[in-house]
Parts: sequence; structure tokens; C-alpha cells
Amino acid sequence: MKVLVCISNVPDTTTKITFNDDNKSLNINGVQFIINPYDEIALTRALELTEAQGGTVTVLHVGDSSTEPTLRKALAIGAHDAVRIDALPRDAFFVAMQISAYAKEQNYDLILTGRESIDYNGAQVSSMLAELLDLPSVNIVKSLQIEGGQASLEREIEGGKEVISCPLPLVASATEGMAEPRIPNMRGIMSARTKPLTVVPAVEVPVYQHIERLEKPAPRSSVKLVDATETVKLVGLLHQEAKVI
Amino acid sequence: MSVLFYAENNGGKFKKSTFELASYAAAVAAQHQTDAVAISIGDVSESELSRLGQYGAGRVLQVNNEQLKSFVNQAYASVIAQAASHTNATVVVLSASFTGKALAPRIAAKLNAGYVDGAIDLPVFNGASITVRKGAFSGKAFADVTLSSANKVISLIPNSYKLEEKPTTVSIESFQPEVRPGDFRAMVKEIVKASDKVSLPEAEIVVSGGRGLKGPENWGMVEELADLLGAATACSKPVSDAHWRPHSEHVGQTGIAVSPNLYIAIGISGAIQHLAGVSSSKTIVVINKDPEAPFFKAADYGIVGDAFDVIPQLISAIREFKSAHA
Ligand SMILES: Cc1cc2nc3c(=O)[nH]c(=O)nc-3n(C[C@H](O)[C@H](O)[C@H](O)COP(=O)(O)OP(=O)(O)OC[C@H]3O[C@@H](n4cnc5c(N)ncnc54)[C@H](O)[C@@H]3O)c2cc1C
Ligand SMILES: Nc1ncnc2c1ncn2[C@@H]1O[C@H](COP(=O)(O)O)[C@@H](O)[C@H]1O
Repeated sequence: MKVLVCISNVPDTTTKITFNDDNKSLNINGVQFIINPYDEIALTRALELTEAQGGTVTVLHVGDSSTEPTLRKALAIGAHDAVRIDALPRDAFFVAMQISAYAKEQNYDLILTGRESIDYNGAQVSSMLAELLDLPSVNIVKSLQIEGGQASLEREIEGGKEVISCPLPLVASATEGMAEPRIPNMRGIMSARTKPLTVVPAVEVPVYQHIERLEKPAPRSSVKLVDATETVKLVGLLHQEAKVI
Repeated sequence: MSVLFYAENNGGKFKKSTFELASYAAAVAAQHQTDAVAISIGDVSESELSRLGQYGAGRVLQVNNEQLKSFVNQAYASVIAQAASHTNATVVVLSASFTGKALAPRIAAKLNAGYVDGAIDLPVFNGASITVRKGAFSGKAFADVTLSSANKVISLIPNSYKLEEKPTTVSIESFQPEVRPGDFRAMVKEIVKASDKVSLPEAEIVVSGGRGLKGPENWGMVEELADLLGAATACSKPVSDAHWRPHSEHVGQTGIAVSPNLYIAIGISGAIQHLAGVSSSKTIVVINKDPEAPFFKAADYGIVGDAFDVIPQLISAIREFKSAHA
């Protein structure tokens, strides 16, 4: 089985967000970048499946050379090889077009992404990629089993789940529950240095989305504390002041 | 030209978020001096369809096709994209529900359209482009995103746009899209409902519990409080990791993002990853025995106290309030 896992490179979850002077982009000074947490889940599941059934796992990222440590980390976790498409990701459509141009030639049986990147939270690339490759896709998948070329998936829905069956090839976006992310061990880290990392040139794609402005939410006014014995007062405030009950 | 919206139904009934979306589509259409058109897929009665007119939809395309009984995103996306061409829609809006978020990127790719996911406000028009506000960095920022493509797709966060009554006469038309067998490779085998309670992403009030509640046996009072308020229940990540509560209740950066009118956090410390999923709630109440808990800094109202004392008192205070206001 040939599996592709798409990796996005995002600021660490605890990063304090600041912007550049034009307020159009993130100030990356001192920001630690990591593999998008959902992509780590997808990668781990891909490794579990290929370990059990045979096959290879390729990780792919659209980004400039500064993102290579993230790909090396994916190799250290266990991916067999890595591909970097050499372009700054402009928007989700741009990224999906780059990945589809590359993946078209490769005949993957399974393409996994994360449910969303934790930076712009788009949840866009996965379904766009599936559409561009004319493949079925299932989003927000918390369980993925494969047997005899047929995938069985559980997709999260409001207040429950859907059980879906789909022949390979397909695109799925991973969420919590699909696997417990693995931490690279020493051997993995050593071998990552010598695993192949191929750099592929980008294709020409129009850009439809521009970030006009980034802004922090207005801080909440400081908390109004109510004494533990005065729950009646709290209910009154929620009714009269906040008007939420 | 028109504004097309996907009127998602749940067992033949429209959800509140669908009517919010109708209001939103009608407002976008009014900005454009055009009409809001709905597309509905599945078995929905005429009287239910005509309710969309109450919120400003002038026209409803109804697709009732045996093959489209259960959700397949590839097939549904194709139907909605065909409806967009049929109605000359340049803007297509969907709810940012699990289903809407699966469909919208496919529709955007089909229509060669730019897409803004998770809008929280109306677009601002500037010539042929629009600028839409959305959340970014998991609740830590807003981004104003401009789309310059000819066609545009937007998904709207549930509970972020007010229902606006705008009674309109609706015409209901049957719409027969083309369906390709190849679009039905992913088949739904089974739908498992965790509960029939209020759906978490749509809830106006959410009562949420953390590790401070000590164990699953103590959730009775959380549920009682939620039932009283007509609220959905939620929890922090360690709580669902420990299987005290189902994963579908886990809110935060790696769980569900919610933006209810009222979020009540009980025994939750307020870690940054938790706040990422709840900080856009309009009003936040925190109940925690530790006055130094970081959550108080993100709260509007707080009670420093032991949940096991405070919650039963709060339940009786709300009972009293409800009987006084009945
Ligand atoms: C990559 C990553 C992603 C994450 N994603 C999420 C996420 O999506 N959602 C999420 O929630 N977490 C997430 N976390 C975990 C997060 O960092 C915190 O560990 C978690 O939110 C803490 O849960 P908690 O507040 O329930 O527990 P704790 O931090 O243990 O806090 C318990 C709180 O209860 C209070 N308490 C104790 N007893 C009582 C009592 N009797 N009455 C009242 N108060 C009491 C304590 O004072 C304390 O503040 C993530 C972490 C990482 C690293
Ligand atoms: N620059 C990128 N390179 C490769 N994959 C990406 C990139 N950006 C996003 N993805 C994938 O698409 C998923 C969803 O991202 P997004 O649509 O940006 O929320 C991520 O979890 C990744 O799997």
C-alpha cells in the first residue's frame, strides 16, 4: 500500500501570537514550528497500517526550505521518504493544486491529511485535493481500518458518528482518536538524516485569497467575581446584565 | 446573479443554523441587490421548505433523489455546484457544520472559487472582491480575508449570525441534477447518535466540566444544570481521554470549537488549548476552587469555590429563577 501524508508546518500550540507591522502576517520571530498535531495523528495511523500490511509512507509539505526540520521530524517518526514542493503556501487552493499536480503521477492508495491546520483553521486542503484528483473523501475521521482494498471509516458528526465504507484510493482527514501520535526515538532520529527528501518545483497556480488584516480579539473586561454563596446573584447578572438566560 | 445557500436538514427538519444561514444569505443578497436561493437535498416537506421564506429565501430548489438519501460529499458537492450554475450564483454559502465544512472546499474547487471558511460576519464588498472576517490561530486572532475570484464560497459559523425574520414569498421548484455513479464510492453504512440532546456546535448555552469534577460519576449535576438551561454538555480533553465523557464532547484546539452565548466552565483550569476552542463564546462563567486558575482571566463572571457546593446551589437558584419567570 502506497500512502501519502500531507504535513502542514504550524506554530506550536502555546505560541503567543504577534503580527508584523503591516498586520497582514504572523511575526515568526522566536516562534517554534511543529508538525500540525492532526497530521501527526494521520502519520501515525499510516505507519500502523503499512507496518501491518506492508507498504510505504511518504510525507509531503508545500513550503520553503526553512520548513525542512518539520519534514525531518516526520521522517524520524517513521515515514519512509519526504517530498517538499518548493513554494510558500499562498492559500489552501494553491496548496491543494500543488499536491494534486504531484500526486496525480504517483498512484497513491491512500492520502491522509489533518482535519485542519491549527494556524488558519481552514479545513480546506483535504476536500479540495480530493476534488482535484476526482477521489472520494471523508472528513474528520476518528477511526480508519483497511482490509482488502476497502476502507472502513468513522466520521464525526453533530452529536454522533457516521460509519462509512469506501474503496481505495481515497482521501481522509484525521482527527483525535484515529491514532495516538508517536514520539520519535533515537534510532528514528538518526535514520531520518539519511532518508530521501526530494525537492520538487511548484506549478503555476492563481491565488484567490489574501489576508487583508490580522487582529487580536478585544480583551474581555476583567472578571466579575461573585461569592460562592451568592449563586442567586450570578443568575440575576446572567439574566439582566449579560442577557443570556 | 444570485446568492445560493445550502439548506442542510436533519431527518427532514431544518436546523437552527440553516435559518441563520438563510438570514445571512438574504443579507448578502440584499447587499448585491439580488435574491437568496436555497438548495435542499433529501426528503423535506413543502411546509418545512417554505419556512425558509420566513428568513428571506425567495426561491427553493428541491432535490429529491433516491440516490442522495444519505450524505456523500462528492455527490452533494456536485449537486450544489450544478445548482450554482443553474441559478447564476456568484456567491455560495454553507453552514460551517461538519457537513458544510466537508462540502464547501469541493464546491470551491469545482467552481474555481475562492473560499472563506468559518465566517463570523457579513462580507464587505469592494468592487468585484469581498472581504470576510473569520477566526484564526485557534481563537487567538481574527483574519479579514479578501476573495478576488469571480465566484466565491463562504461557510458561516453556527450561532454567529442572528436570525432575522424577513417574510418572503417562496417559490419551490424541483431540481434534477446529473449524478455520476463515480460520486458514490464513499457510502454511509450506519449513523450512530451519541445522544438526542442539544447539538454541541449549535448550542446557545454550553455547560462544560473538567478534571476538577474528579470522575464520571459526578456528571449528574452537570447534566442536571445543562437540562435546566436547555444547554449542551461539553468537557476538557483529559476528561474525554480518560473516557469519563465521549470524545464528541471534547472542546478546544483539538476538539470542537464552540461559540455559544453562554459557556459555563466547571473545574477547568483554562489551559491555552482549551481556551482556543471556547474563547469566542459571548459570555463565559468560570467556577473553580483555585482563585489563581488562568480561566478567570478569560471569564466574564466567576465563582471561586468548590464545584460540589456551588453547582447544587446554582441549580436551585436557576430553578427559582425559572419558576419566577415562567
Ligand atoms: C497539543 C495539545 C492539544 C490540546 N488540546 C486540548 C483541547 O482541545 N481541549 C482541552 O481541554 N485541552 C487540550 N489540551 C490539554 C490542555 O493543555 C490541558 O491539559 C487541559 O485543558 C486541562 O484540563 P482540565 O482543565 O480539565 O484539568 P486540569 O488542568 O487538571 O484542571 C482542573 C481544574 O479544576 C479545578 N478544581 C479541582 N477540584 C475542584 C473542585 N472541587 N471544584 C472546582 N474546581 C476544582 C482545579 O483548580 C483546576 O483548575 C491540549 C494539550 C496539548 C499539548
Ligand atoms: N503547506 C501544506 N503542505 C502540505 N499539506 C498541507 C499544507 N497545508 C495544509 N496541509 C494539509 O491540509 C490539512 C488541512 O489544512 P487546512 O486546510 O490549511 O486547514 C493539514 O492538516 C495538512 O494535512
